[in-house]
This record gives sequence, structure tokens and C-alpha cells, in this order.
Amino acid sequence: MSLRIVVTVKYVPDATGDRHFADDLTVDRDDVDGLLSELDEYAVEQALQISENSDDDVEITVLTVGPEDAKDALRKALSMGADKAIHVEDDDLHGTDVIGTSLVLAKAIEKAGYDLVISGMASTDGTAGVVPALLAERLGVPQVTLLSEVSVEDGTVKGRRDGDAASEQLEAALPAVVSVTDQSGEARYPSFKGIMAAKKKPVESWDLSDLDIEAEQVGLEGSWTAVDVANERPARTAGTIVKDEGEGGKQLAEYLASQKFI
Amino acid sequence: MAEVLVYVDHVDGAVRKPTLELLTLARRIGEPVAVALGAGAENTAATLAEHGAVKVLTHDASEYADYLVVPKVDALQAAVEAVSPAAVLVPSSAEGKEVAARLALRIGSGIITDAVDLEAGDEGPVATQSVFAASFTTKSRVSTGTPVITVKPNSAAVEAAPAAGAVEALAVTFSAQATGTKVTGRTARESTGRPELTEAAIVVSGGRGVNGAENFAIIEALADSLGAAVGASRAAVDAGWYPHTNQVGQTGKSVSPQLYIANGISGAIQHRAGMQTSKTIVAVNKDAEAPIFDLVDYGVVGDLFDVVPQLTEEIKTRKG
Repeated sequence: MSLRIVVTVKYVPDATGDRHFADDLTVDRDDVDGLLSELDEYAVEQALQISENSDDDVEITVLTVGPEDAKDALRKALSMGADKAIHVEDDDLHGTDVIGTSLVLAKAIEKAGYDLVISGMASTDGTAGVVPALLAERLGVPQVTLLSEVSVEDGTVKGRRDGDAASEQLEAALPAVVSVTDQSGEARYPSFKGIMAAKKKPVESWDLSDLDIEAEQVGLEGSWTAVDVANERPARTAGTIVKDEGEGGKQLAEYLASQKFI
Repeated sequence: MAEVLVYVDHVDGAVRKPTLELLTLARRIGEPVAVALGAGAENTAATLAEHGAVKVLTHDASEYADYLVVPKVDALQAAVEAVSPAAVLVPSSAEGKEVAARLALRIGSGIITDAVDLEAGDEGPVATQSVFAASFTTKSRVSTGTPVITVKPNSAAVEAAPAAGAVEALAVTFSAQATGTKVTGRTARESTGRPELTEAAIVVSGGRGVNGAENFAIIEALADSLGAAVGASRAAVDAGWYPHTNQVGQTGKSVSPQLYIANGISGAIQHRAGMQTSKTIVAVNKDAEAPIFDLVDYGVVGDLFDVVPQLTEEIKTRKG
């Protein structure tokens, strides 16, 4: 038996940098450093753990859709221990929305071949958290999403999903799409050996024609949503700061009362 | 007037507040038609009618509880086909977003998630979103298909607006995918008696400075004096001091209450992403240099173990 895992990852602008929009109201990627979305590291980690706990022959492919620099995200995942990588890059992809992104990912996943797709719970830039569900819909396979625990055995994926009202145990037959939360388990740091090995691992590059996708289906033109306005939020005006000299709690209560919270 | 579908989030017939907020927003763009699914669906009708639903489409089947997400997508798709709405509004819960996304794809429509406001526009509903840790505000619209929009809690005031609320049975045929992901077990979360974090008008949070699970009692006491929900920073959750379900921030929940009180929280960007849209922000922190103080309307530089109990006592005294 063998198990083919595709981990979808995203290259995102560093949240601690100064993120903003470009003139066409897409995310400006030039002025801020990018990196592998932290939430996708958990997806890579779970793929590695499934592999380590399996008697089967497991192959882990990391897949990203993004500009040239997005290769950095793939290298990071490879240095953590993934086996190979696929980079979908095409100028026509600029400005693609979640629906279009799910199309590109789904076509690439099908072309790569898969038994299990693992994603992070959301990207740290767009934060919509809908791509895993969209992938399941497109691929026509079960979604087993937002898991804080995941395991695979005998062609079945099981997991725990912690919701507001209840914690649910989920189960689905492979092939399936899984997404994992930041509670699924600390992601490992790449070792020196891992970093060296990653340099020799294969990274395939595909463009839209490799996936039989027309330019009109993606990019700003192909998006089913349009951003008309993006305004920087005015900085909050400086508030009152007091030092506690024994009466800090009372002073704060006075403030809350003045604002009618008490 | 165009009909607008509103997906109802309810627990055994008790409608959750974000759905009532959606009915207010739906009235700005058309006539709200509610879709209530699962056990107790019919019991939602009175509340929904009181808040403006002209019609309530209901359907109950064991599939909604026994399988994940897809049965609800099937039902909502049936509702869209029955009504041909001008838009579909869904609460921005984790599940709500998944349901909305799959629906949008199926009906060939664009989706906007996590709207914080909604208004009518010349080319359909215009949604406001708060992005990049709330440092930017965008206005977007769906350009293809029937707009599917998920809306965050606390995005509108709940308003009473009595309407007919006529209950109609929705005919649903489940798809082949509906039974793909089985729910094999469910453990209900124990109720704390406090308001739900994302819906609360006031949130009191604790972070690294709380320094221990047992010390969260101080945070809870302050929350209880204000009738508030309790939140925690990622540092506090990762240390095991408070449950992940209470985590506020980029990887936890995003909250937008009237008042947010941050205790012992430095205010890293990841935390700010989850609370920066709060109307009034207050912080207590020993470190005068903590970035949280850049955000506050009122801040106290001091030891939370001194300040918070004093604040709690003072609130109790004032409330008598």
C-alpha cells in the first residue's frame, strides 16, 4: 500500500511587516517579506506525523500557487521533511480570489495524484478559511476540516473538531481533504540536515496551460468578487495612560463608568 | 422587493444572536427569508418573524447532525433554487463559512467572508471587511452570480421588525457527498454561564502576565462583575492556562465587542488581529512599553494582580 499526501501551502506577507495594498487593490507583495504561512506549518507537520506513524509507503508533496518567491515556502516545507514540491506560477494568476485559487489547487492536486490533501485552517493574510471546503467540493471527496487531532489508518481518516458548542469526532474514507488547526501539534524546526537535503529535492513548476485552465478563469478578471475600495484605518487616537500608584483599579473603574460600561 | 436568504444558526430552536443581526442587515437589501435546518427548526419561526423574516423555510433530517457540512449545503442550494434570492447571508462561524463557500461554488457565485458591514449598492450588496489585522478596511462586492456573504458577529444592532414569518417546508434532496464525513461522536462543551466569546458585548482577556491557570480566577471574577465573556491570548492558551476555544487572535477567534479589557497581554500583531476592531479598548500591563498601549482608549501601567481585583471590587460596589 502507498499513501500519497498533498499538502497545500501558501506564501504570505509577514504579518509583522507593513502590509498594504497595491494600486490595483491586490495585496502588495513587493514591499514586505514573505514566508510560509505559519498555519500551514501545522499541515506539513501532520503530514510528516502521519507518514512516521504509517506502515505504508507515504509520499508527501507540497503544493503552492504563487509568484516566484513562493518557492521559499516550498523549500521550508521540504526542509521540514516533505518529499517533493509543486509550484504553480503564472502571470495570469495575479489577483485570483478564493474561488479561482481553489480551481487551480484542485486541478494541480488531481494532476499530482492524491489520497489525502492536508491544509492549514486558514491563510494568515486573507484568513477566509474556506479553501479546504472548496477543494472538497471541487474534488468531490469528503472534507474533514478544522481538526485538532488527526490520524489515518486502513484507508480511513479520523479526527477531532473542536467547535463552540461541542467537540466532534469525525471519520471519512480516503480520498479526503483535511485541514488542521494550530492545536494539532507544534510544527518542527527544520534540522541542518533537512535544510541541506531540501536543496536536492525536486520542485516541479507548472503554469496554467499544464492544468488546462484558461487565463479568463483566474486573476483579477476571472474573480467572482471585486474589491472597490481599500482604505488604511486611521490610527487610534492616543488614549489616556495612567501609572498605578495604588488607585489604578479605581481609576479604571471611574473611566468605565464615564463610558457607561458600569 | 427582492428576497434575501438568511441562514439560521440555532441550537435546538434557540436562535443565536448573530442570525438576528443578519436579519437587520438583510432588510437593507431586500426581504429576509430565513432557512432553518435540523432539530427544532420550526421553533425558530416566532423569533425570526419578530426580527423581520417574511418567510421561514424549514427542514429536519438526521443527516444535519450525523454528517459534516454538506447536508446543510444541499439544503441551502435547494432554498436558493426555490427562492432565487438577491443574496445569501450566512453567519461567519467556522462552519458557516464552509457551508457558504461550497454553496457559492455550486451555484456559480462569488463569496465574501467576514463582512463587518453591509449596504445596498448599484451593483448589488457592498460588504465592508476589516483586513491585515484590522489595519485596512475594504469594500467589496460579488461580481458573478448571487452574492454569498458571511457576516461576523456584532456587525449590526439587533432590531425588532415584526413580519409574517410564515413557515414553509423546504424540499431537500441530499447529494451523494452528503454522507461523506460521519460525525461519530459529539461531546457538548460544558456551559460556563458566561456569554459566548464572539457575541459578547464585553470581553475580558488574560495573557502571559496572568502567569498560571489558577490565576485566571481573577480574570473570570472581573468578567463576571461586568457580565462579560472571558478571552485568552495565544501565550496563555499554549501554556495550558485556558481552553483554546477562548483564544482571541489570528489563530483563534476574532472579537469586536463594545469593550475589550486586555490584562497582562503585550499586544503582538497576532493578538491585535483578533481584537483591534473592538469599540473601546482598555489594558492593564506592567510593561509601559507593551504595544497594546498604542491601541488603548485607557491604559493602566501596573501589576494586574493589584489592579484587576481592585477594579472588580469597585465595579461590584458601584453596581451595588
